[in-house]
Amino acid sequence: MAETELTREEVRHVAGLAMLEFSDQELDYFKEQLDDIMNLIDVLNEVDTTDVPATFTVTENRNILRADEGINAEQKDELLARAPESENGLIKVPAIINESAGAK
Amino acid sequence: MNFETTIGLEVHVEMKTNSKAFSPSPVAYGAEVNANTNVIDWGYPGVLPQANKGAIEFGMRAALALNAEITSETHWDRKNYFYPDNPKAYQITEHDNPIGRNGYLEIEVNGETKRIGIRELHVEEDAGKNTHNPNGYSYVDLNRQGTPLIEIVSEADITSPDEAYAYLEALRQTIQFTGISDVKMEEGSMRVDANLSVRPIGQKEFGVKTELKNLNSFNYVRKGLEFEAKRQVQVLLGGGEIKQETRRYDEATGTTILMRVKEGAEDYRYFPEPDLAPLTIDDAWIAKVQAELPEGAKARRQRYVNELGIEAYDAEVITQTLEMSDFFDATVAAGADAKRTANYLMGDVNAYMNDKKVELQDTDLTPAHLAGMINLIEDGTISTKQAKKVFKAIMEGEEPVAYVEKNGLKQLSDPSILQPVIDGVLDANEQSIEDFKNGKDRAVGFLVGAIMKQTKGQANPNVVNELLMASLNAR
Repeated sequence: MAETELTREEVRHVAGLAMLEFSDQELDYFKEQLDDIMNLIDVLNEVDTTDVPATFTVTENRNILRADEGINAEQKDELLARAPESENGLIKVPAIINESAGAK
Repeated sequence: MNFETTIGLEVHVEMKTNSKAFSPSPVAYGAEVNANTNVIDWGYPGVLPQANKGAIEFGMRAALALNAEITSETHWDRKNYFYPDNPKAYQITEHDNPIGRNGYLEIEVNGETKRIGIRELHVEEDAGKNTHNPNGYSYVDLNRQGTPLIEIVSEADITSPDEAYAYLEALRQTIQFTGISDVKMEEGSMRVDANLSVRPIGQKEFGVKTELKNLNSFNYVRKGLEFEAKRQVQVLLGGGEIKQETRRYDEATGTTILMRVKEGAEDYRYFPEPDLAPLTIDDAWIAKVQAELPEGAKARRQRYVNELGIEAYDAEVITQTLEMSDFFDATVAAGADAKRTANYLMGDVNAYMNDKKVELQDTDLTPAHLAGMINLIEDGTISTKQAKKVFKAIMEGEEPVAYVEKNGLKQLSDPSILQPVIDGVLDANEQSIEDFKNGKDRAVGFLVGAIMKQTKGQANPNVVNELLMASLNAR
């Protein structure tokens, strides 16, 4: 057991992906927890899954689809009222410098 | 040392379904901000999204039009990243099992046909729109959030910026003729990211690639790739190395600028989407979508040339847009001569659209009216000169037969009316008859002019010519 051990840098990287920043002390604390999780995964990895198809869902449901009809929920005002801040019908958020033009 | 360039293109196309990919909110370009949103689009907890059948079928159309294989068993995946235009903090996409694979598109560069592979096509959702303000805030409109996209990933088969341009032209046309999108770069319904690497000629392995973004027109794609290829060659010749990074094309300077060092795929922490059921696409479903797929541009061009006798160049022009091609087909189906229809669409109709800066579908012209006018010309009821007036009227939505009737635009073709006029003109122009006998062909033109003047331009020129020549030879 305990074959997998994350580095502090890896923990910092994962935290960064979640937009979190930790002190060195906190990093050590989470590293221990993450190591435990990784080791649990290692146990699962001992099971031979050759020729076992991946499970993407635990139900038998397939093709649960909706007909292509546009329905306006008429919820704009309600939704904007619940946004932390809004202006002229737009959601107002702290500026993000990193440019994104649509989906990646 | 000489280098060769390798290019792969990732194109996102917004699909014009009625509703979003996973929520029933309407999809509409130019709507009031945030009006077309609901709790699903805002990423509220506890909502239950459902996939839009129409978006999947549009995705299948794109895959079929690009000769791809449809994946029979597929499921959705979450791609995780934080950005305010994406309130769920993940995008729903098809990471493991894209809807289409192994397609291709044929392009023509310098008269040579080349096949560019399409690695895969994914149905996914678009993000909302952020507007940055110098006041330190960004403003978010989620109307676009959840709009279905088809992402089309080419193989790295493209070897020059010119080929990339030709690929995009061919792709735009192919997708437009499936009817799933307007594919307009300027409206953002088609977006292009480009990957480029260079390697010394003869080297087996690809060089390290960079990704170019902010390519807002086909022309900028070409220019950006040209610059980037040169830049990479210079770096390598100077002993440097290329880093895998994302670069932004700067329109003002024509250069590419470093945006960020690229995130690895694992940083997106993909995992199967638990809120949506997997998809099974059987052959019957594929056959149904295939049957609904409109005829492609290439097939139309062949039909125009082979069955309708249209010139190859003209067929090319007519199939520039789906609207024009559909309009042409409808006009011919309404009984109009194909050649004349083609000439009108490419000439007067195009000139009108350019002049008024409108699209064909925004004018009041209908195929029935254009066919009606063309038939009036064909059967000699109106002259091509009179047709100019009728054309103006039908562009304003007038019915041509009624308009001609109302305005007395009928052409004079009756010999019993025309012959006395011709006789009168000849009697008054003895000199011209003399000139004609002496072989001066100009005299005929003068006489026709005089006859047209007397009939206020309403005489049928063909009939006039015929009668005049007979009369001249009889004198």
